[in-house]
Amino acid sequence: MYDKAVRRRRAVLAVLVALSLTLLTAYFGESSSGSLHGVQRGAMEVLAPIQEGANRVVKPFRDLFGWFGSTLDAKSQRDKLKKERDALRLQVTQLQVDGSENKTLRGLLNINTGGGMKAYQPVIARVFARSPSTWYSTVEINKGSSDGVRPDQPVVNGQGLVGKVKSVSNGNAIVMLLTDQEFGVSAKAARSGEPGSINPAVGAPGDLLLELVPRGKLVTKGEHIVTAGTVSTRLPSLFPPGILIGTVSRVDQGEGELDRQIHVSPAADLRQLEYLEVLTKPNTDLVASTGKSP
Amino acid sequence: VTPTGPAIARLALLGLLGCILQLTAVAQITIFGVPADLSPLLVCSVGLLMGSVPGALFGFSVGLFVDTALLQTLGISSLVLTAVGYGAGRLRELRDPAHALVPVAVGAIGTAVYAIGFSVMQFLLGVDAPVSLLLVREILLVIVLNTLLALPVHMLVRRWLSPFLPDDPRRRRRRAYTTGGLSPLSKA
Repeated sequence: MYDKAVRRRRAVLAVLVALSLTLLTAYFGESSSGSLHGVQRGAMEVLAPIQEGANRVVKPFRDLFGWFGSTLDAKSQRDKLKKERDALRLQVTQLQVDGSENKTLRGLLNINTGGGMKAYQPVIARVFARSPSTWYSTVEINKGSSDGVRPDQPVVNGQGLVGKVKSVSNGNAIVMLLTDQEFGVSAKAARSGEPGSINPAVGAPGDLLLELVPRGKLVTKGEHIVTAGTVSTRLPSLFPPGILIGTVSRVDQGEGELDRQIHVSPAADLRQLEYLEVLTKPNTDLVASTGKSP
Repeated sequence: VTPTGPAIARLALLGLLGCILQLTAVAQITIFGVPADLSPLLVCSVGLLMGSVPGALFGFSVGLFVDTALLQTLGISSLVLTAVGYGAGRLRELRDPAHALVPVAVGAIGTAVYAIGFSVMQFLLGVDAPVSLLLVREILLVIVLNTLLALPVHMLVRRWLSPFLPDDPRRRRRRAYTTGGLSPLSKA
């Protein structure tokens, strides 16, 4: 009984395999107009309407699955686009930073060439720290004594005077800004030529005062104020002449000449300092005119 | 299991519906770029449920239908699916596996045999295509998809053929214990 079942099983398998191989061989050997191909085409013609009908029946289900697939695909596309967007956002930020740096450096280049600062051997430095206190308007730069930076050297940027070097270490320096309460510089009105002294306005951060002006009434709103430079060889100024400090923003008329207050708005945007120039040879003019080092 | 007339009719209907569903719907739904293939799963399930001879016959028939409907070289799918059905049936006859995940493993192995066997046959017949990484990837993905579908397909097939099936191994063993068929007490 068992042998019979085994024989039957093996016989069925052998027949099926033989039939498959026969079909395979015959089909493979005949031309496309052969009988097996014809049978296949006939069967296909019979099956085609069934398949078409079934295709219509299952279309909603297929669409449903397709919708899931499309949703998954859309999700992956969304994630991909999000990544691209983030990358582009970073690029834009970087480009904005680069653009800002470019603008600053162009300003420095202009002031060096057009403004004649090149003679003072400027050292370009990057601001990397800023005093959080409004009372101590200082910034820290990445150039120090090893780069030729010394205390009291003038510091400018593309817009005008920024301050002076307060203290120096080997690789860094602290710059005192124009608005620092300890700052002061001899100045003059560019158009009227009236001399004076620039000092920060106490209690008004960001505001400067042009003081000790002999004929203050000649100074008007909108006039540029520049550094006066060295007037007397006995008392040389730390700052070369002609550096723009700011513009007269308003003039408060007082009782008399002494009460008059000339407010000056700094030319340099002191809240957004990135690159600065330290003028390491500020007295070049003086050396050239007197023939000796100050 | 020796298929009777109604069982054969059910098997034929199962094969027809399964193949049409495969051709009209399943083959058009791609996941990770490849569709699942129900034909080896159906053959495996029939083999696992009914034995080697019905499995082989069902495999041959399904293969012939697929080859005919898709205008493929007649005999390739038949040959490979015959082997798949016979193998699944022999597993049942020799081991009578009772674990619930057996259909999953058999489905995965059956799909692998079918996919690789079909490719080998195509290469043997002189199809001029390289064994590319893409082909390997597709075969692997089909195996993965079919592995996921194996259990539900097996359950559906079992339900469809249930009037003609003997008890499944797990239920048979459970009943044997509860009625004392395999209990040591019954020997006393």
